[in-house]
Amino acid sequence: MSRTETDPGVAERPQLPKAAARRPSRPRPPLSREIVETRILGVLKWITIAFFLIATLFPFYYMVELAVRSIEDVALDPGALWPPRGASLAAFGEVLRSVEDGGQGFLTFLRNSGIIALASVALTLAVSILGSYAIARLRFFGRRQVNFLFLSVYLFPAILLAIPLFVFFTRIGLRGSLFGLVLVYASQIVPVTIHMLRNYFETVPESLEEAAALDGASRLTIIRKISLPLAMPAIMATSLFVFMIAWNEFLFALLFLVENRENWTVSLGLSQLAGSVEVAKTTLMAGSVILTLPIVILFFATERLLVEGLTAGAEKG
Amino acid sequence: MPRRGRTLARQEARAGIALLSPTLIVVLVMVVLPILWTIIIAFQSLRLRNLRTRLFDFQFTLDNFSTVLGSPGFLEALKVTLIYSVVGTALSIGLGLVAALVVRKPFKGRTFVRASMLLPYVAPVVAVTFVWQIMLNPELGIVNAIGTDLLGWSESIPFLEQRSGTLSIFGFDLGVPTALIVIILYQAWRYFPFSFLFILARLQALPAELDEAARVDGATPLQRFWRITLPQLQGVIALLTVLRFIWTFNEFDDVYLLTQGGAGTEVVSVRVFRYLTGRGDIGAAAALSLVLAVLLGVLLFLYFRFFVNREEAEAI
Repeated sequence: MSRTETDPGVAERPQLPKAAARRPSRPRPPLSREIVETRILGVLKWITIAFFLIATLFPFYYMVELAVRSIEDVALDPGALWPPRGASLAAFGEVLRSVEDGGQGFLTFLRNSGIIALASVALTLAVSILGSYAIARLRFFGRRQVNFLFLSVYLFPAILLAIPLFVFFTRIGLRGSLFGLVLVYASQIVPVTIHMLRNYFETVPESLEEAAALDGASRLTIIRKISLPLAMPAIMATSLFVFMIAWNEFLFALLFLVENRENWTVSLGLSQLAGSVEVAKTTLMAGSVILTLPIVILFFATERLLVEGLTAGAEKG
Repeated sequence: MPRRGRTLARQEARAGIALLSPTLIVVLVMVVLPILWTIIIAFQSLRLRNLRTRLFDFQFTLDNFSTVLGSPGFLEALKVTLIYSVVGTALSIGLGLVAALVVRKPFKGRTFVRASMLLPYVAPVVAVTFVWQIMLNPELGIVNAIGTDLLGWSESIPFLEQRSGTLSIFGFDLGVPTALIVIILYQAWRYFPFSFLFILARLQALPAELDEAARVDGATPLQRFWRITLPQLQGVIALLTVLRFIWTFNEFDDVYLLTQGGAGTEVVSVRVFRYLTGRGDIGAAAALSLVLAVLLGVLLFLYFRFFVNREEAEAI
């Protein structure tokens, strides 16, 4: 079984790619193709990564760049990649100041968006922790159907749902209130959060809960003392997810809050002012940065947590 | 023993329903009932101005459906919606697949690259559509500045206001629906991260042995991709196709914010919104949104019936 130069067959085969990479002076037909493809793909890979980075990051860079320039400056030199005549933070001051002080009142919008997003997180979690625990752990009639019912909700366009809710909230006089909007957000997100949390609860070992039950702990005590602490990473990820959705939402905010400027969210404020000719686009770009910044900071700080929470179960295919 | 077991089971069932009831109530009241109510409204002649008097006037009529189906522009909106969803879905999944493949193996700075690629998806829709609007603006935008200064365009192109333009390639003049193409490209840009995320998660869970074995047998990287990797991604791609198609088909925010549905980009959900707020015709809006939902149901049925084999269906 000695390997000689004249025996390039079976025994040597597993080492072929490595050996060939080290000695390109003796290429074999199938291997040279391997090398060519590897080299080309290796270069293409970095070109592709550069392309994606520019495509995804440039609009955000552009947003900041315009926010620190004056509108006259942009009109003179729209192609500048760097503020040619210096940067100024004046637009941020103008956009944040209240309307009485000659600004656009984004500070109020920020407060509204914050209240709505935090309240949506609280309400969604309160409801979906209990529900997802029940679906993950307890055997009862209709458990599977409930899950299906929740997911089928996403077949329907948001605009279809918006019509009766618009009519309903107009009729009972809650349209225009932040509370009504929180209720709408929570109910729309609950089906997803139930799904996310359920996947996680299923990974908590049941034996821990059984041990506590044998020690005489009630169902709610078990959830509070054992399941919840163990599911904390998933709960954090879910909270962030809800916060981002509620902060970013546009359609329902438009339908519910548009009539009263005091109640506008940042998204709604920006979209309403974007159509007017009185406010300079660069001022609004500062508003745009203010709208985006909290989300981007939150996202970069917690990216791993969020991605894992969202794609839990996706590996299974 | 059996009696005790039965009461335990009963206890568990009771606890399950008790814990689930807040969820059920919220979803039933705020989601399921409204959907059913839309069906009723679609058959009522309900308008914003007679809301107070006519809400509980249950005289059913088919007028709303004949209004929306017979109105000029309905078929055009349907065509635009279909093109927008099919091309938008395909592009966003294709880009997501490419992005996932290039960051599959670890390299320095990979976490940053991955997070950056997710940015378009997590950023607020109002902010990114506004940036796109300004970028493409004929007077202020950087795209037109580069086009006229460096690429020799004779004049600025109003990308979001132009229904159709001419594209000259190799001496041929092609008529292209400019604004529609732009919103489709935007759709691909904003939503490829979603596909990227799920395809990457699946890629990283693939067993390395198959790929290794194929390599040992002399399969080149491209062959390994087509024969080994891609077939294993079929399930997740089929799932993404369904999800992205549903969401793009129902898309409202992005199109409305970019073009308000003008310049040949009026998708059906923007039309629903126009009936609701512009004309205050709640009945017609409900009827049209119902048509949209039924159509989507039919398309999904056809997809599952003819394009998805049993294995993939189980993965979904």
